[in-house]
Amino acid sequence: MSIFLSKDSRVVVQGMTGAEGGRHTARMVTAGTNVVAGVTPGKGGQVHQGIPVFSSVAEAMDSTGADVSVVFVPPRFTKGAVLEAVDAGIGLCVVITEGVPVHDSLEFLTLARQSTTRIIGPNCPGLISPGASNAGIIPADITAPGRIGLVSKSGTLTYQLMYELRDIGFSTAVGIGGDPVIGTTHIDCLRAFQDDPDTDAIVMIGEIGGDAEERAAAYIEKHVTKPVVAYVAGFTAPEGKTMGHAGAIISGSAGTAQAKKEALEKVGVSVGRTPSETARLMRALLEAA
Amino acid sequence: MDLFEHQAKELFARYGVPVPEGAVAATPEEARAIAAELAGPVVVKAQVKTGGRGKAGGIKPAPGPAAAEDAARAILGMDIKGHLTRRVLVEVANVPVEEYYAAFLVDRAAGSFLAMCSASGGMEIEELAATDPTALVKVPIDPLRGLDHETATFIVTEAGLPADVAGEAADILVGLWKVMAGEDAVLVEVNPLARTADGRVLALDGKVTLDENADYRHERPADETVGGDDLESRAKAKGLNYVKLDGSVGVIGNGAGLVMSTLDVVAQAGAKPANFLDIGGGASAQVMADGLGVILSDPDVKSVLVNVFGGITACDAVADGIVAALATLGEQGATHPIVVRLDGNNAEAGRRILDQAAHPAVRQVPTMDGAAEEAARLANAAA
Repeated sequence: MSIFLSKDSRVVVQGMTGAEGGRHTARMVTAGTNVVAGVTPGKGGQVHQGIPVFSSVAEAMDSTGADVSVVFVPPRFTKGAVLEAVDAGIGLCVVITEGVPVHDSLEFLTLARQSTTRIIGPNCPGLISPGASNAGIIPADITAPGRIGLVSKSGTLTYQLMYELRDIGFSTAVGIGGDPVIGTTHIDCLRAFQDDPDTDAIVMIGEIGGDAEERAAAYIEKHVTKPVVAYVAGFTAPEGKTMGHAGAIISGSAGTAQAKKEALEKVGVSVGRTPSETARLMRALLEAA
Repeated sequence: MDLFEHQAKELFARYGVPVPEGAVAATPEEARAIAAELAGPVVVKAQVKTGGRGKAGGIKPAPGPAAAEDAARAILGMDIKGHLTRRVLVEVANVPVEEYYAAFLVDRAAGSFLAMCSASGGMEIEELAATDPTALVKVPIDPLRGLDHETATFIVTEAGLPADVAGEAADILVGLWKVMAGEDAVLVEVNPLARTADGRVLALDGKVTLDENADYRHERPADETVGGDDLESRAKAKGLNYVKLDGSVGVIGNGAGLVMSTLDVVAQAGAKPANFLDIGGGASAQVMADGLGVILSDPDVKSVLVNVFGGITACDAVADGIVAALATLGEQGATHPIVVRLDGNNAEAGRRILDQAAHPAVRQVPTMDGAAEEAARLANAAA
């Protein structure tokens, strides 16, 4: 019925007793997420917003059967928090925190690859399977459950597309994050959506920088039979400037929006010129099917 | 943050990577004094954070102190690709007999670090990679294990560096890796890594990019915006995520992806965006006021487009921010039309607030594409 996250997911929030963690935990619960635990070192035994707090992820997993963690701890503590979740053997660790040093990310991503833990992020809005579960900060009330899968580097562009296609609805929307190195890629999500019997079509949102979209295009050509529409942001971005997302920087011709659009169109993916046009393309595809 | 060459070389020296003896000068007189101290031929190099200095005349050899002073006088103040030269590096002239290339960077696709090395340095590495890809050796570096001397030796040998410099070059690679790891750098590049006539190997140039997310655990050099756009400096001082562009539609939005997309939609509507400005989540009245203030003081701006999709951000808060910003800005606020598109969280309430405020400069358009078209039309009409 979705990828990575379902109504059975049992979520632990790392940093739940912090302001951000607490605020978004309340939103997640309202969206129907089964938040079973919070983790804050030294605060084990407390109850916060009606949810038991543990001092470690391992204790939280032992006591509550948590299998997904969402990380809201500040950047300087993020590496430690993620490594703790990986060591505890959690299945999915969603790292919302923005501003994590790249060397820290590379360390925990490398260790996670040698483990059974999937990391999403860092610097991401998380993922939502509407009506079932919401692990992160994606607003739950702007869309409905449905049969479109969405993968995006950008948070607000995800929301824009989810909102435009709210009447059709989504199986899962995944914000993979805008950092240069991330745990779950476009390709990981495309593979999962292709294998998910409850996803009929896929929206992929990319942006300038790197070659993730080009590699996704190559993957789509070989492995994805479901219809895909795409949108790429950053056509007017000047060279050599960082545009907010640490990943959104281009130098020379590599990583331009135009190159990404062409790579995707070459493998039969319809690429919208604006978010709204992208939504129209998806609508047309589903109506034709 | 990119470092100047002299800053990169100071880091290299600290980690045991040999660099030419030299010092940085802000005046021709200082350059002369440094050259006198160094005794012998020197090279005077513009300190700007861009490539192509040599071609632009920003690097000059000087046989002695008087020539160094002249060279510095010619180079200081020079505009190199939009970068104003405020300092020169005066260092002992080293004539390379062979030029190599060495770099460490973040490999996004592999989620790892990458070492790159070549026996054919000197030219632009993009050019080398294009003309002779086999001449560039790429070896992944495990973030957990780092680089040991054995792997460094393997890299320089694979790259075809002569056997008699392999040991020295491997030491340098290990030193450069220590800069990468020890300083939280995302790029360390030496081009050329030179072998001199007297058989030494040293870094004749240096490029280092530091990860700003790790600034909290390092002592960083002050980030001078040398030659930087004045609007960008002001925006940065206010903590705004702003990039100046060359069009006439000022753009404000929430979220980097949405703002980039907004720039594109403005361009498709037949106008050029004047800037990128991401106010992020939870935009307060103050952030909106600061952002509008910077954008409206840009003489290129003819209209403003505020494009917000309220996810976590509530549109009524954004609307309050716009109203408060216009009140704060007073007369200046009414100089250009401001097109606002609010959607998502509390959009109805936000639109109502703007309707009730009825500020003459503000007009609302319900869709992103429509708002961009309106802003583009207004900017073009005012041009």
